[in-house]
Amino acid sequence: MPVNETLATYSDWLYRSALGVYLFAILLYAVEQAFARAPRKALVGASGPDVLVDEPKAELSRAERIGRMGAALTVLGAVLHLGSLVMRGLSAGRAPWGNMYEYMSLLCLAAVVTWIVLMAKFPIRRLGAFVLTPILVLLFLGGTVLYAESAPVQPALRSYWLVIHVSVISISSGVLLIPGVTSILYLLKDSKADRFPRLPSADVLDRMSYRTTVLAFPLFTAGIICGAIWAEAAWGRFWGWDPKETVAFVSWVVYAAYLHARATAGWRGRGAAWINVAGFALNVFNLFFINLVTTGLHSYAGL
Amino acid sequence: MIAFLRNTWRGLTSMRTALTLLFLLALAALPGALLPQLSLNARKVDEYVAEKGWWGELLQKLGFFEVYATPWFAAIYLLLFTSLVGCLLPRTWEYFKQMRSKPVLTPRNLSRMPHHAQAELDITPEEAVDKARKVMRGWRMETGEGTVSAERGFLRETGNLVFHFALLGLLVSFALGKMFSYEGQVIVQADGGQFCNGGIFNYDSFRPGLRVDGTDLTPFCVEIGKFSAEYLENGQPVGYQADIRYQSGDDLASNTWKPYTLQVNHPLRTEGDRVYLLGHGYTPTFTVTFPNGEKRTQGIQWLPADQVTLASEGATKFDPPGITDSETRRKNQIAVTGLLAPTPLLHGGILNSKFPALDNPMVAVDVYRGDLGVDDGRGQSIFSIDQKMVEQGRLAKVARKNLALGEEIVLDDGTKVRFDSVNDWVSLQVSHDPTQIYVLAFAVLIILGLGVSLTVKRRRVWVRATRLDDGRTLVEVGGLARTDQAGYGEEFTRLARAVLNEEKS
Repeated sequence: MPVNETLATYSDWLYRSALGVYLFAILLYAVEQAFARAPRKALVGASGPDVLVDEPKAELSRAERIGRMGAALTVLGAVLHLGSLVMRGLSAGRAPWGNMYEYMSLLCLAAVVTWIVLMAKFPIRRLGAFVLTPILVLLFLGGTVLYAESAPVQPALRSYWLVIHVSVISISSGVLLIPGVTSILYLLKDSKADRFPRLPSADVLDRMSYRTTVLAFPLFTAGIICGAIWAEAAWGRFWGWDPKETVAFVSWVVYAAYLHARATAGWRGRGAAWINVAGFALNVFNLFFINLVTTGLHSYAGL
Repeated sequence: MIAFLRNTWRGLTSMRTALTLLFLLALAALPGALLPQLSLNARKVDEYVAEKGWWGELLQKLGFFEVYATPWFAAIYLLLFTSLVGCLLPRTWEYFKQMRSKPVLTPRNLSRMPHHAQAELDITPEEAVDKARKVMRGWRMETGEGTVSAERGFLRETGNLVFHFALLGLLVSFALGKMFSYEGQVIVQADGGQFCNGGIFNYDSFRPGLRVDGTDLTPFCVEIGKFSAEYLENGQPVGYQADIRYQSGDDLASNTWKPYTLQVNHPLRTEGDRVYLLGHGYTPTFTVTFPNGEKRTQGIQWLPADQVTLASEGATKFDPPGITDSETRRKNQIAVTGLLAPTPLLHGGILNSKFPALDNPMVAVDVYRGDLGVDDGRGQSIFSIDQKMVEQGRLAKVARKNLALGEEIVLDDGTKVRFDSVNDWVSLQVSHDPTQIYVLAFAVLIILGLGVSLTVKRRRVWVRATRLDDGRTLVEVGGLARTDQAGYGEEFTRLARAVLNEEKS
């Protein structure tokens, strides 16, 4: 199947534009984080987002207006980003998640979209810089070191399970990036001396982490199970402790532990947040180390 | 003694222990991804052990190269299993008890609830209660004297229990699968080669489950027809397929063959067994004409040394014909070894392959003569000669040449070796796992249970209507989410507004 070079080039342009726009958004978010007033107590009360509904539309400070521009740019970046993926798919005539570059692009898009949704629900816009920075780093690595030309995929990947399994895993990993970051922020915030008064309250951060994890965990589970179904058709067994499978299993167990920890006395709060960070770290490890260093059946998904 | 047992049981089934066991499980599974594993690549394990010396041997003794078969890994998941059962039993009991019980009575002070709203309305308390009942249609409700207590989201616990029981079911099915499953690999020549699942010895390698002795394999036969592969210009494969015929079940007795196209991702499923196309390679055929004029023709698979260009290496071994004296025969055995290039690329006389498809293939052969060492009782690889024989001088290289199709090489004693043709071989895997369908069913239940238990919120609403001295009615609404899932506020606000508006129902 021939690759449409024109579309592939458009895809690359859109990818770079999205990166540029995200970078600009980060700067704007950073300005808001640095100069806007610290969050008011009313916003961080026990009932959290509910109160927001009735928040009076007070005059926006300049820093807040800049933060809003950051949010708008994030949406623009996401649109460009989506365009880049679509062009990629059209140019190669297949689902645009057939190699590591494309996989990471989809993962980051899922993370950005999750963030946009969260911004609408929680008063946390100013944290954008913390969230978008790791995403930008991933996108940059994807676009440089791991970049792969638009091309068809190997016979083993020619299956509709590529569409299902890889997209579900990639999207759920992207969503899980967000609680990873907010849990780190929680750990910074939730110390006895409140050294970071500009961060939202620990309670809001904890709730955000929980709600995104709860959304992503069933998705991640489904992704692993789809992978098992595909493995049964492609490799002759549904589970074979391939390195990628193993680490996915381990991070599944860790996220399960997170959900249990939130219901266990003595583990709520900091303990749970640490576990969530560990789960995120495992996902990053699974993405880079397992793909690039070890060899396994998932290796062709590499570069 | 009983107290000790009871405390152990309580400790084991507590959430804290379960959490610890989950961590242990995660930790114990990790080495399997970081260290080479016997089940995946035994050769790598040997290399690793040889390289690391005493450290490698220690790891080997502790089972780090077969993590998922070790007693310590089993201990962790069995404890977790027990802990899970111990947690689930009382919860199931509690679940059925709660299902029959009524919603909790309205608490005295509703303003203490996490969610609370109130208003004074121009309706009677009875009307207020009626209205509240209408608003909360679909909730489990209990009406008291001027109060309503309502509860919703029971499905959460249902989903949670379904998830955990399905997890148990999946583990049990998986374990049973390990007992009764088997898996075997075999290389079969294309263009007419056959394989029958008659016994372990028909396989090149065979991995039986714990309760499989190889006497009771599912009978079926496959015959490989034409194999075809399609490549991109850079040699990346686009697709493989093998046209096969197979017979199983009643077809075996009537000797009828059914056609099937075997492809990657499209295994043949028959009688509960699956046949997979794992890979392919080339079989060069050589004819040796011995000095006495007798000919022997042989084709045996060579192994791809380069996965991209399919440059393959192997050894085709010949016994001299018509010699009864084993001593003489052993001195005159012949092995044709070397490199097969499907699409040759000659560079200063050195042969290599530039493309995986067949296009005037060539071989660069080293012909050995002497004692191949195939009679000494030890098994040897079909892909290579025994280097010990060469080192001991019992097997010597007598010629070396690049051959195109039909070309031949003449040895010093007049023996001729001709390169005849190249054919395809395919490597097949046969898998048998009677329990995997149950694993799938439980996996689906896991997703359903998880989805329900993580999206449904268990929550309560209470309404109390009290007649005030001025004839109006004070209506109070209180709400409580039974789970730590936040996000009940929006729904509560909507409900409270509906209950507290001035309209009569």
